[in-house]
Amino acid sequence: MQVMLILPELVLTVTVLVLFAASLKKIQGATLTGIALAGSFLTLLATVVSGCAAGTLFAGAYQVDGLSQLIKFLLSGTLFLVFYMGRGLSGIEEEMHNEFYLFLTLSTLGLVLMSSAVELLTILVCLEISSYALYVVISFRRGLGRRSEVEAGIKYALFGAAATGISLFGLSYIFGLTHTTYLAEISQQLPKMISNQPMAVIGMVLLLCSFFYKLAMFPMHAWTPDIYQGASNETTTFIATLPKIGAAALLIRLVGMTGGGITHFTWVLGVLAVLSMTFGNLAALVQDDIKRLLAYSSIAHAGYMMVGLLSTNRLGLAAVIYYIAGYVLMNLACFMVIYYISPQGENITFADLKGLHKRSPILAFTLAAGAFGMAGIPPTVGFTGKFVIFTAALHKGFYGLVVIAMVNAAVSAFYYLKMARAVYCQGEDEKLESLPLGLGVKVFGAFLIIAIVLVGIMPQSLMQLANQAVATIM
Amino acid sequence: MHMEKYLILNTLSYPVLSVIMLVPLVGALISLLLKDEARLKVFGLLVTLLTFVLSLPLYTCFDLHTAKYQFAELRPWFSLLKLNYVVGVDGISVLLVLLTTFIMPFCILCSWRYISKRLGEFIFVVLIMETAMIGVFISLNTVLFYIFWEAMLIPMFLLIAVWGGARKDYASIKFFLYTLCGSIFLLVAIVALYIKTGTFFIPALMDQEYSFAYQMWIFVACALAFAIKIPMYPLHTWLPAAHVEAPTAGSVILASILLKMGGYGFLRFCLPMAPAATLYCMPYLIALSLISIIFGGYLALGQTDIKKLIAYSSVGHMGFVTLGIFLLNDQGLKGAVLQMINHGITTGGLFIMVGMIYERTHSREISDNSALGMMIPIYVTFLGIFCLSSLAFPGTNSFVGEFLVLMGAFKKSTLVGFLAIPGAILAAAYMLRLLQRMVWHDSDGHAHHHDAAGEGHGHVLSDLNFREISMVVVLTFFVFWIGLYPAPLLKIMDSSVAHLIAQISAGGTVVPVEPHGVHHSLLELGGWFRQIATF
Repeated sequence: MQVMLILPELVLTVTVLVLFAASLKKIQGATLTGIALAGSFLTLLATVVSGCAAGTLFAGAYQVDGLSQLIKFLLSGTLFLVFYMGRGLSGIEEEMHNEFYLFLTLSTLGLVLMSSAVELLTILVCLEISSYALYVVISFRRGLGRRSEVEAGIKYALFGAAATGISLFGLSYIFGLTHTTYLAEISQQLPKMISNQPMAVIGMVLLLCSFFYKLAMFPMHAWTPDIYQGASNETTTFIATLPKIGAAALLIRLVGMTGGGITHFTWVLGVLAVLSMTFGNLAALVQDDIKRLLAYSSIAHAGYMMVGLLSTNRLGLAAVIYYIAGYVLMNLACFMVIYYISPQGENITFADLKGLHKRSPILAFTLAAGAFGMAGIPPTVGFTGKFVIFTAALHKGFYGLVVIAMVNAAVSAFYYLKMARAVYCQGEDEKLESLPLGLGVKVFGAFLIIAIVLVGIMPQSLMQLANQAVATIM
Repeated sequence: MHMEKYLILNTLSYPVLSVIMLVPLVGALISLLLKDEARLKVFGLLVTLLTFVLSLPLYTCFDLHTAKYQFAELRPWFSLLKLNYVVGVDGISVLLVLLTTFIMPFCILCSWRYISKRLGEFIFVVLIMETAMIGVFISLNTVLFYIFWEAMLIPMFLLIAVWGGARKDYASIKFFLYTLCGSIFLLVAIVALYIKTGTFFIPALMDQEYSFAYQMWIFVACALAFAIKIPMYPLHTWLPAAHVEAPTAGSVILASILLKMGGYGFLRFCLPMAPAATLYCMPYLIALSLISIIFGGYLALGQTDIKKLIAYSSVGHMGFVTLGIFLLNDQGLKGAVLQMINHGITTGGLFIMVGMIYERTHSREISDNSALGMMIPIYVTFLGIFCLSSLAFPGTNSFVGEFLVLMGAFKKSTLVGFLAIPGAILAAAYMLRLLQRMVWHDSDGHAHHHDAAGEGHGHVLSDLNFREISMVVVLTFFVFWIGLYPAPLLKIMDSSVAHLIAQISAGGTVVPVEPHGVHHSLLELGGWFRQIATF
C-alpha cells in the first residue's frame, strides 16, 4: 500500500488545508485550538500506524525507513505537546491565531518531509518549506511596543537565507565530486573521498551549515539568543524543539554517510562541538532573561549532540536520537513554566522565578526537573543521554573531547542551579499570590516530570527504537 | 558472563536490598499527599524506622565466612550496553548500609522542632536522600553507583539551600559544584573501564589486569572524586561551609553518611581495580592523610563556632580513615572501616547536640553557650560523652578504631605512626577546650548573659526532654558497645578485608612498564614528589 508510506504527510497536509479554510472563515477560540490539536494528534496516530512502513517514492528521492518514521513520530508528538501547552496563545496577536497554527503546522510538514528526503535538492526544498513558515510566525508576537519581534523575524530570515546559500555552495562541491545528488550514491564514494580530498571535507562542512543553523550549532548560532528573546513564548517553544529534531535527523543521515573513519572532517566537527558547548555555556552564565539563557544553553546542547554525531558509530547516532528526544522533554518543561508564569506573554527573568514553589509547587518541580535534567544530573533523561553519547565517543577513543564535554557539563550546572535556587530558595519572605492553574496544566507538568525521570532510568525501549532506526541507514 | 560466581543471591523472603532502597522513595511520594505537620513528622519517622527494621536481617543473616556479595539481586536493565540492575553487599558495605538506615531516624527526630517551615518538602527531601545513599552502598554496577552518587547532590543541595543558615546560598552552591566537579572524571573512568573490559559489573572489573599506566589514570580519576567527598586536604574547603550552614539533619547526614562514601569509594574502586597504582601512590596519600589529621585538628583548635569546630575535626578524623585505608594492611583497613562507623555515630551525635543547644540559645558561638553545666546537667553529660568519644578516649568507640589505625601505622613505619600521634593529641586539646568552655564558667567573667537572644535566658534554659534523651541514649549505647566489644563488627568485615588485601597483593605485582608520552610525564611528576618525600 503506497498510501501507508506517506500517511503522516497526508494527514498533516489535510490539517494544513483545514486550518487554511478555518482562517478564511475567521474561526477563532476553542474551535480553532481543537482543530489544531486534533490534526496534530491524528498525525501522531498516523505515524504510529505507519511506524513499520518502508519503501521509496518519487524516483528514489523520498525514502521511508526506520529513521524517518521514528523522527516523524517525535516531530508530530512534539507538535501536539507544543500546541497543547500553548493553548491560550496569550503571546500572539488576536487576529493572527489562525495563521499561527497554520504556519507552524506547515513548518512541521516541511520537517516531516525532510526526515524522509534522501536527495540533496529535495532536502533543501523541504528545509525551505519549514523555514519560510517560521520566518513569518516570529513576528506574530503581541506588540510590546519594542518591535523586537519584527527584528527577530528579519534576523531569523536573513540568517536562514545565508545558511541556505552556504549549504547550496557546499552542495555544488559535493555534486562536482560525486556527480550525483542522491545520498545512496554519494555514500558509496564519500568515505574514500573524505579521507583524501580536502574538497570533500569543505563541501560537507559547508553543506551541513543549514542544519547547524537549525540546531543552533557554532558557528551558525548567532541568531539564537535574539530570536528566543524576540519571539513569543509559544513560538520560541516551537523553535527550540521541532526544527532541532529535524536537523538532528538530517545530520545523522549526512554524517552517517561519511563512514566510520576518523578524518579531517571528524576533527572539524570536533572543534565545532567544543566551541559550541564552551561558548554556549560561558555566555549562558551571565544571562538574566530566562529565554536568552535557554538559547545559549541550546547552543551548548548542540555541541553535546555533535559529540555523538562525530562518533559515527551506531551507538553514537542512536544516542543522538535519544538525546534529542530527552532534550525536547526538558525544553518543554522549562518553556511550559515560562509560558504559565507570564500570562501576558512577556519574557521572564530570574526575578520572576523567585518563590515559585509557593506560587505553584507543580510548576516549580517541573522547572527543577527540566533544569537538573539539562545539567545532566541523574536520574534524568539528560544524564542518560550524555552518558550514552560519551560512551559512544570513548569507543572511538575521543578521550579529550569527552573530558572537555564533561567539564562543560559541570560549568553548565551553575546556571541551571541558579534557576533551581531562584525557584526554591528565594522569595521566602515576600508575599506572592499563587498562580491559578487548571487541572490540564498540572497533569501536563506531572507528565513531563514523570517522562523526564522514567525515560532516564529506563532507557532501554527508546534506545532500542533509536538503534533499530539507525540500523536502517548504516 | 559469569556474574553468579561473585554473588550469593538473596534467599530471604523479600528482596531485602531493593526493598530498603525503595521504601524511603515510596514514603517520599506518599508524604507529598500529607498536609498535617504533626502527621508528616510521625510519618517520616515511621518510614525511616521501617527501613531500619527491614534492614536488620542484613546483620542477623549475614554469612561471615565469605567475601562474596550477599543478598544479591540481578535483573536485566539496559541490554544495549549490557547493563544489569545488580545489587549486593559484602562485609564492608553492609556495615555502611546499616549505619545509613540506623542514622536516618535520628535525622527526622532531631528536626522535630528545628524545622519549622516547609516541613512536607523537608520530609520528602530527607527520604529521597536516604534512597540515594542506600543505593550508593548496595550498587554493584558502576553506572548504578554513579547514578545514586550524583542523585544525592540535588536533595543535599536543597537541604542546605532551603533550610540552611545565613550564608546558605554560598555554601549550597559551593557544595554542589565542588562535588560535581570531582565526579565528572569518575564518569569518564567508569566508561573507560567499560570500553576496556565490556562490563560495568564492579566485581568483574576488579578481576581484570590492567597495565600500570592505565591503572594510574583510573586511580587518579576515581581518587579525585573520592578525595573531595571524604574530604582530604587540600580538597576539604567545601566541608566547613556546608556543615555550618546546613540544618542539623543536613549536618548529621553529611557527617555520618556522606563523608563515608569517599572512603567507601576508595575501598571499592581505587584499591581493588588499580592495585599497582595504589601501591605507587601510597606514600603521597599517606602524606596527605597525615596533613589532613594535623591540619584539621589545628584548625579546629582555633574555631569559635561549635559547628565549625566539629567540621574541622571531621577533616582530621577522616584523615585517620584515609590513613588506615592506604596503609594497606589488615589493622589499618579494619581500623578505617570501623572508624567510618564510629565517626558516623559520634559526630552524628555531636551535631545533634549542637542542634539542641542552638534550639535553646539560637547561637552556635562557644562564648554564647558557656557555663551550661549548672543549668542543663543532662545535656552536658551527653555532650561530654560524645566529646570524649570524639577524642578517642579509651572505652569509647573511636578509641578502638584509632588504635587499630595507629597499630597499622606503626607496623608500616614508625615515622608514620609518630606523625599521626600529634593528631590524636590535638583532638584531645580542641575537644577538651570545647568541653571546658561549654560546661564551666567563662574565665574572663562575662558569661552567657549577653547571648544572641539578648534577654539573658541562660537561666531559663530547659534541659533535654524525653525525645532528645531517647535519641542520645541510643547513640551513647553504641558509643560504649563498640568501645568495649567491637568484635561483632570486626568479624563482619573480616573476610572482605582479607579478600581486599589478597586482591591488592595479587594485582600489585604489575610493574611500571617503560613509560612514554603523557604517562611518562605523570610518572616523572610522581618521582619528583617521591624524592621530596624521601629527602
